[in-house]
Amino acid sequence: MAKRIDAANVTAYYGAFKAIENINITVEPKTVTALIGPSGCGKSTFLRSINRMHEVLPGARVEGSLTIDGQDIYHRDVDVTAVRRTIGMVFQRPNPFPTMSIFENVVAGLRLNGVKKKSILDEAAEKALRSANLWDEVKDRLGKPGAGLSGGQQQRLCIARTIAVEPQVVLMDEPCSALDPISTLAIEDLMFQLKDKFTIIIVTHNMQQAARVSDRTAFFSIEKTGDPGRLIEYDNTQKIFSNPSQKKTEDYITGRFG
Amino acid sequence: MTTTLTSHRPRPPAQPPTLRARRLPKWLPPAVALGALLVAAAIVYGAGIGGPVLVVVVGALLYLVGLFAAANAVEGRRSARNRTWSALIHSAFVLAVLPLASVVWTLVTKGLERFDVNFFLTSMNNIGARDPQGGAYHAIVGTLIQVGIAALITIPIGILCAIYVVEYGRGRFAFAIRFFVDVMTGIPSIVSGLFVLAFWVLVVSPYFSSTGRPGFSGFAAALALSVLMLPTVVRSTEEMLRLVPAPLREGAYALGVPKWKTILRVVLPTALPGIVTGVMLAIARAAGETAPVLLVAGGGAAINFNPFENNQSSLALFVYQQAGDASRYAPARAWTAALTLVALVLVLTVAAKLLARRNRLGR
Ligand SMILES: Nc1ncnc2c1ncn2[C@@H]1O[C@H](COP(=O)(O)OP(=O)(O)O)[C@@H](O)[C@H]1O
Ligand SMILES: [Mg+2]
Repeated sequence: MAKRIDAANVTAYYGAFKAIENINITVEPKTVTALIGPSGCGKSTFLRSINRMHEVLPGARVEGSLTIDGQDIYHRDVDVTAVRRTIGMVFQRPNPFPTMSIFENVVAGLRLNGVKKKSILDEAAEKALRSANLWDEVKDRLGKPGAGLSGGQQQRLCIARTIAVEPQVVLMDEPCSALDPISTLAIEDLMFQLKDKFTIIIVTHNMQQAARVSDRTAFFSIEKTGDPGRLIEYDNTQKIFSNPSQKKTEDYITGRFG
Repeated sequence: MTTTLTSHRPRPPAQPPTLRARRLPKWLPPAVALGALLVAAAIVYGAGIGGPVLVVVVGALLYLVGLFAAANAVEGRRSARNRTWSALIHSAFVLAVLPLASVVWTLVTKGLERFDVNFFLTSMNNIGARDPQGGAYHAIVGTLIQVGIAALITIPIGILCAIYVVEYGRGRFAFAIRFFVDVMTGIPSIVSGLFVLAFWVLVVSPYFSSTGRPGFSGFAAALALSVLMLPTVVRSTEEMLRLVPAPLREGAYALGVPKWKTILRVVLPTALPGIVTGVMLAIARAAGETAPVLLVAGGGAAINFNPFENNQSSLALFVYQQAGDASRYAPARAWTAALTLVALVLVLTVAAKLLARRNRLGR
């Protein structure tokens, strides 16, 4: 199910501004890859170009090649919505749909893509909520608004919503940065479980988190403001955190920079 | 150098800091108010320069001054300012509510005289100047039909237009639409009436009428009202759509939901309560328009259910005509019609808001 992602010379622009330049990364299936680096170095930009969310902004565009199991994500015959269904995304701030109940939030992706049958939706909702470790907390109030949950629960709801459409890759952009430590732990646990089925790429500012959850780590950085972000080092997480080959990586990880 | 250094050292506080401060006694502000009114009455009536209204105005000013002075003496300057501004803000609120309350009061007291079954079930057909009967049935029908048609025209066009401008519009075309909508907002109702008169009634309507001659119609009035409603609907919907946070849209895109469906199922429901408010404002404004109806529907005393042929009246026009009528029974009819119009708009607004809320989830 899970797929392998290849990025070759990926460069992304906001209008005339080049935000990232020549990123080359290969992400293996069923692994967790962490993207770390100082603010503004283009981690979110790179993440969003993987599921073609980057181009949603006016003037934004991507160059280079991004493939999923050898299929070009940016090929002109490709259906954007199919790409996004295959590569799901969880955002920094939990963003449940405010007009929908918990249940409707979880099945939103299925329903808005035309699944109508109640039994299928019920089953999918329970499965997704169980995978997101949220089922026991919400099973008695599925009809209540999703916005009424706590921040951590909302984020798990958003994860449930994402995995309910059965993607193969899940992108997470600082999914814990708006959450308390307990909720953060809950989501980290969740990532370990999700790894069995999905390929996960996560942006995080938290080194310990990157070290705890990821198999591979990519370190991004910029020379100075206004320069495009670049990939400095990409290796096994253990190697990056114990014995990085680049001086810059070491400086960042030991807290001397960034 | 040393002298400057010492002189800049912070002075120790004169008293040990405490959290409590002296406060004005509770009874003092009302007492100041009473005193201010008495003094004002003495001045105004003593000098013979005005009546009770001036007393209240002068009294309010004196109250502000007196309150400031009292608070300044007891509680200190910051607190005195706070009290004065609070009093000012409360008076502004009273000033804003006063006209509204007075309008409602006048409408209800004067409108209840003819608020009877006869008024709502008869028209003005065959009602002479000496006839105490007669009612606004035909006008209510006319208002409902004209505003209903205008709403049917403007709500879809206006919402689609706003969706285009907010979600799809890029560059010049969207800019032009926004510009013209802004210009349309300023069109006086009489001009919109003249436009429909010249364009629809005189040029187009002959092709539709059975006689082949131009004629007034309720539909023409609905068109004129549409011209007035459209910019309000577009602008308010536009504002509401812009308020929907971008992460919500992105959340839907990230699930593989196409853009049009995201707008339909996520963006519009989120913005719905605000859109409904804007639409109801537009409807309320249209229901109160007199000039265009007079120009292109012509008014009339008889009931006419057909919006496409013959004259039609409306409540606003009915009020205008009755208020200017020489009959001694006409003013009462005008008041009741005005009350009916306000009540109608109120009921519609409340109903629309309840409907919009039903779609949202209970908290
Ligand atoms: N919507 C945008 N429009 C223009 N520039 C942007 C936008 N979003 C991000 N940028 C710029 O792109 C660069 C990379 O940003 P981002 O990918 O958000 O970094 P990170 O996620 O690593 O903090 C930054 O210089 C930022 O200012
Ligand atoms: Mg970011």
